[in-house]
Amino acid sequence: MRNAFTLSRRRALTLAAGAAPLAAFGGLAGLGGIAAQAADAPTLLNVSYDPTAALYAAYDKLFADYWTKKTGVTPVLHYSHGGSGAQARAVIEGLQADVVTLALSYDIDAIAKTGLIAKNWQSRLPLNSTPYTSTIVFLVRAGNPKGIKDWDDLVKPGVQVITPNPKTSGGARWNVLAAWAYALKLNNGNVDGAKTFLKAFFANVPVLDAGAHGSTLTFTQRGIGDVLVGWENDAHLSIKEAGPGKFEIVAPSLSILAEPPVSIVDKNVAKHGTTEIATEYLKYLYSPEAQDVIGANFYRPRNKAAAAKYASQFPNIELVTVEKNFGGWSKAQPEFFGDGGIFDQVYSKGT
Amino acid sequence: MAVNTPAIETYLVNTPVREKPFPFAKLALITVAMLFMALFLLLPLIVVFSEALSAGLGEYLSALADPGVLSAIWMTVAIAAVAVPANVLFGIIASWCIARFKFTGREFLITLIDLPFSISPVVAGLLQVLLFGTTGLFGPWLSDHNIQIIFALPGMILATTFVTFPFVARELIPLAQEQGNDEEEAAVTLGASGLQIFWRVSLPKLRWGLLYGVLLCNARAMGEFGAVSVVSGKVFGYTDTLSLAVESLYDSYEIQAAFATASLLAMLALVTLVLKAALEWAHRDELHALKRKKAAT
Repeated sequence: MRNAFTLSRRRALTLAAGAAPLAAFGGLAGLGGIAAQAADAPTLLNVSYDPTAALYAAYDKLFADYWTKKTGVTPVLHYSHGGSGAQARAVIEGLQADVVTLALSYDIDAIAKTGLIAKNWQSRLPLNSTPYTSTIVFLVRAGNPKGIKDWDDLVKPGVQVITPNPKTSGGARWNVLAAWAYALKLNNGNVDGAKTFLKAFFANVPVLDAGAHGSTLTFTQRGIGDVLVGWENDAHLSIKEAGPGKFEIVAPSLSILAEPPVSIVDKNVAKHGTTEIATEYLKYLYSPEAQDVIGANFYRPRNKAAAAKYASQFPNIELVTVEKNFGGWSKAQPEFFGDGGIFDQVYSKGT
Repeated sequence: MAVNTPAIETYLVNTPVREKPFPFAKLALITVAMLFMALFLLLPLIVVFSEALSAGLGEYLSALADPGVLSAIWMTVAIAAVAVPANVLFGIIASWCIARFKFTGREFLITLIDLPFSISPVVAGLLQVLLFGTTGLFGPWLSDHNIQIIFALPGMILATTFVTFPFVARELIPLAQEQGNDEEEAAVTLGASGLQIFWRVSLPKLRWGLLYGVLLCNARAMGEFGAVSVVSGKVFGYTDTLSLAVESLYDSYEIQAAFATASLLAMLALVTLVLKAALEWAHRDELHALKRKKAAT
């Protein structure tokens, strides 16, 4: 039997000698394949944040059709998603994004600081370069067994709250600011009272995932927690995926207007020769057709007609904004999430 | 060895006493071990395949035929096709040097080869970013010359090569040391040239260890996640490998497609396991010697 596994010396050598060039050929062909693809059609890389996968899968189809009709060339649209901060970091380190569609302007500002994006990026497109908005809502298990109606129900003992880590997740930062806005209102503007509220809030959090989407999966797939605090669109998506009768959305009395902005990456599009298609890719997000896709994917459209069409899925919530209530991200980011900031003060491992 | 075996067997046959007092303990231990294996190894494997096939074979196949998944398969194969031969080449050279020559820094080299085992793959990926990222050591020069290393295939190959560095070398070094230089010395006295000795004496002596190393190296290269995830940029259908595609699909709520892709990796693992068992069985003598040597060091 041993002979069955014994190669002759010559064959073993031929095998070894043959493997090396074959492998080299494979590697080169791989590189060649990617290069050939790039030469034929304009290629665009959209670097986005966690819960936008479904939206951009649908929008890319729409835009590809539009661009093909307009120019006769079918573009190749690539898409990458991850935690907003991590994605911004990757672009800074050389990920060749043509456009970025991130969770908050602070992350795009971080890229702009390196010179990859023009400083005035946010004024280049309508509505602060925010073609869609969203907000923060609660997702609870069917029948709402813990009777959760508003933020103050989340700080009650025995309620497990799922929210991601605001140090790494853009979505989580919106959650914290929304909770803070409610806490301030509850305490008539008393900062210490709001801190106590936030401390009780995080004491109820059993696990801090790195990204918003990770938290959603923790809640929906792994069955941990009584309430998920997260993106409105992700909450809708979870219900759609799980089928009816598993989860319910609870709209709190007060939340925050989340404005995920978009921008082209100036230096990269200049290098790739994709300025025209990248600009059009973002502008087309404001078109009625795209706004409809946005509504269908549970983001709040800016377009009046689309907003009216999907009004039933977006409850009327009193929304604070980062600009008015928190003095913008450049102020809120260090104040809340910098080292020693409010998050560090209320979230200690001991509690 | 063949001489000793009957003596041991006679001893075992004549002394069955120890087995009797603890039949319960023995049974309990075996049950616990089996349950543990079933729970931690077998069950996940079954879950992967049952989830992958949950929507039927047609859906399973169409999930695998998705251009994004096909591209991931292609990326995975392309990376392994460069990383594995590179490590084979290095492994042979390193084992040759270390087993045949005594030089300063020899021990250091052996330790250095083990480095990737003790570094977290994510750190290995971040090292690439620190070296080749735009703000990294070589970043400005690379971007001036329009060379893309990280967030592209070259960086992913480098990261994988780094992580799988020790597999071939660690198999070959002890084997080469164990086998000694007798045949090579004989070849020299018969007038063989250096190259002839290498191709006709040294390499054939190592071939089973080499195959074993290649097998493990390839399995790790194709399954690598941490290091590659840092340097890939995670563009589905472009720079996602199989293991990254599993994550991408799972995150996009394409649970069945994610498990279908994961089943490919599971099958790779099973094939590796079978080949490994076959190799071990066919060459148990050599491999035993290898393991004894390893245990001794």
